[in-house]
Amino acid sequence: MMDFGFSLSPSSTINLDKADLSLLRKVRALEPDVDICMACGSCTASCTAGPFTGMSVRKVINDLQRGRATEIGKMVSGCMLCGKCTMVCPRGINTRHLILSLWRVYDKEAAR
Amino acid sequence: MIYQGKKRIWADYQKEIPDDHWYYVRSCIRQNFFPASEKMFTEITRGVLGKDIYENPSHTTCGGIAYHCDTLPQETAMTVVARQFAIMTESGYENLCPSCITSFGNYTEILETWREFPELETKIREMLWKACRREFRKPKYLAHSSDLIYKFRNEIAEKAKFRLVDRETGEPLRIVEHIGCHYSKMFPSKGVGGAEYPYVLAGMVESWGGSVVDYPERRHCCGFGFRQYFVKANRGYCVSNTHKKFESMEPYHPDAIVTNCPGCPYFLDRWQYVISEQTGKTYGSNGYGIPVLTYEELAGLVLGYDPWDLGLQLHQVAVEPLLDKIGVEYDPKAKYLGVDRKNIMRPGLPTVLKCC
Amino acid sequence: MKENVVIIGGGIAGMEAAKQLLALGYCPILVEKEAQLGGHVAQWNRLFPDMTPASEVVDGIREGLGGANIFLDTEISFINKLKDGYSVMLSNGVNVVCRAVLLATGFHLFDARKKEEYGYGIYNQVITNRDLEHWFNGAPDERIGGRDLSKVGFVHCVGSRDVKAGNAQCSKVCCITAIKQAIELKEKFPEAEIYCFYMDLRLFGKKYEDFYIRAQRDYGIHFLRGRVSEVSEDISGCVCVKAEDTLSGKPVKITLDLLVLMAGMVSNPGVGQIASTISLGTDSDGFLKSRDNIYGIIESERRGIFYAGACTGTKTVPETLAEARSAALAIHNYLSSSGL
Repeated sequence: MMDFGFSLSPSSTINLDKADLSLLRKVRALEPDVDICMACGSCTASCTAGPFTGMSVRKVINDLQRGRATEIGKMVSGCMLCGKCTMVCPRGINTRHLILSLWRVYDKEAAR
Repeated sequence: MIYQGKKRIWADYQKEIPDDHWYYVRSCIRQNFFPASEKMFTEITRGVLGKDIYENPSHTTCGGIAYHCDTLPQETAMTVVARQFAIMTESGYENLCPSCITSFGNYTEILETWREFPELETKIREMLWKACRREFRKPKYLAHSSDLIYKFRNEIAEKAKFRLVDRETGEPLRIVEHIGCHYSKMFPSKGVGGAEYPYVLAGMVESWGGSVVDYPERRHCCGFGFRQYFVKANRGYCVSNTHKKFESMEPYHPDAIVTNCPGCPYFLDRWQYVISEQTGKTYGSNGYGIPVLTYEELAGLVLGYDPWDLGLQLHQVAVEPLLDKIGVEYDPKAKYLGVDRKNIMRPGLPTVLKCC
Repeated sequence: MKENVVIIGGGIAGMEAAKQLLALGYCPILVEKEAQLGGHVAQWNRLFPDMTPASEVVDGIREGLGGANIFLDTEISFINKLKDGYSVMLSNGVNVVCRAVLLATGFHLFDARKKEEYGYGIYNQVITNRDLEHWFNGAPDERIGGRDLSKVGFVHCVGSRDVKAGNAQCSKVCCITAIKQAIELKEKFPEAEIYCFYMDLRLFGKKYEDFYIRAQRDYGIHFLRGRVSEVSEDISGCVCVKAEDTLSGKPVKITLDLLVLMAGMVSNPGVGQIASTISLGTDSDGFLKSRDNIYGIIESERRGIFYAGACTGTKTVPETLAEARSAALAIHNYLSSSGL
């Protein structure tokens, strides 16, 4: 390949036309409340894992909704299952079950 | 801090705890971490208070660790728990008292899940029958063993030899209480005092003469998180949480920490050594750490049991400064003698944390 | 003889409706359970968006009430449905027969103690919007006036948009009230840094957005998009707050001298008994159910029973006053058309 000394810049655009929502659909089947998040950040604010591992339930849900699955596995693997996010969610999302469901989906995919 | 405000919340979260006939189940790990704690529970409840506390040797792990490590599906954990219920039923008991906080959380979560999804309970009953031909009744009452000691805290105070008071100054000792996450964060109504201001340990401390320290990171997890701690590479983040708690409680100069979880006291105790080696910092006075006790050990101390019979020599952080403040007599030479008075060997000493 | 109309609730909705009914030639009977008229507004200091003194609004309506029958410290004992109207028994022994009853029973300020994690009633330096407004009104409060405030936080949506607290609805006025109070506090403590923790800023009303811009530009109020998840107290008695700064995607913590909780509007629990005796329904948000939420907000599903103000949902002051006038007119039309 020719080296011009420059190359095409990667785009950071989230292209919703190409979004892969299959993971969202799988998780939604197990935990329908994944859709009612209003992104208030209460979960992340009180998360034991967040400040040290990058775990954020709010970001996990956002990434699921945008079809950006790459970081989700890493984020949920930081979870302590301490229950604090479930306690503080104003929409009453069972975040504990959401995380367990994600683990289950990832386990199934790994087993394939 | 407005004490009356807390009292109002505590009044909202009272749970019914029958006062006798309990089916007691031990924790998988507590006997290794704090070997005399469960023994002291049976000693206090049976011996001192005269209660019927029954144990069955067929009891196994509840599967909580594996479930929380994501190595066991919940339905398997449920079937294991169903078997525990069956053994309890066969033994003629209906009040279940687990010693482990995660077991307590696991049992609570399973019972609540079955209440919401009765078809799942039916399925688990079938699975249990297929697996081992057993049937069960669900526990009528479920209480953590700290709930029982909380219930009997005033009886213990009446029989106590010591109070949690600094013998020299006459001031109440400043005690940090730390509640295991799985006690009430998942189901606040199932814990004495709820989840934001749990009263289960605070009630014991108050009843036995101490004062409770409420510091900013009081509600924060100790950092144990099974699936994190068991992977060595993740331990840095576990200890970071513990570190966060110590930094937050430091200005209050606590005399001791009391806990009701298997993992938390282990962490809060052992990590003080790790933190001291990594940062050079200790949190007690004069280079010592802050002693960390289980509620059974604390009850044993106020009741006048010998600290070495309570297994306090197996703590990382030296408990002697606390014993001196309370006025508990102990024989320093007997610290590392076992029950048969044989030497159980002495531990190596840390470079920073003062231990004796 | 002038026809009686019973108005339940002597807040601004009931007062304004009474004033209009008087002007239309009726005999309004205003029943208020407290010792004075004006309800929540009378407790407030100044009103957005023009910083109008609340007392001016209440006094202005009161001036038009000469000749109305006003019963203070009085509750409704019971209401019986008659063939062509209602018999209303008051706690002072007075019995009124009328063809139309107006419910202006208002709202209830959310009890901030229910959000246990915010520590209202436990941590000294946690107060509510109402406490702050009382202080603006001259009531002494050591928590605010007794110290120099260098950092202050406002928590939006306390008990609003919160399914767990039993209130899914937006209280509508808290965003703009927080901005108003932040500005007023900044005027009292010019050196203070003030932070508003919000989930969404809902500034829909006339001149609200102007207010927001002023708060940013002229007063340097900080706006942080994240709901406060936990509050605690440090050894000096300051308040430690945790939230997520959702825009930077990182947890934040801050130590404050004062935290103000914007307690929201919830349905008035006191209205339940009246509603059940005359079979009035409640809507899914717990407020009284209107005949229709677009076309008939001020009408109930029962003939002769009308609504005005926050008894049917969260309302601003001008919305409440407009409804009160509208209800007075609807009552007039109802009484004129159904004949004697």
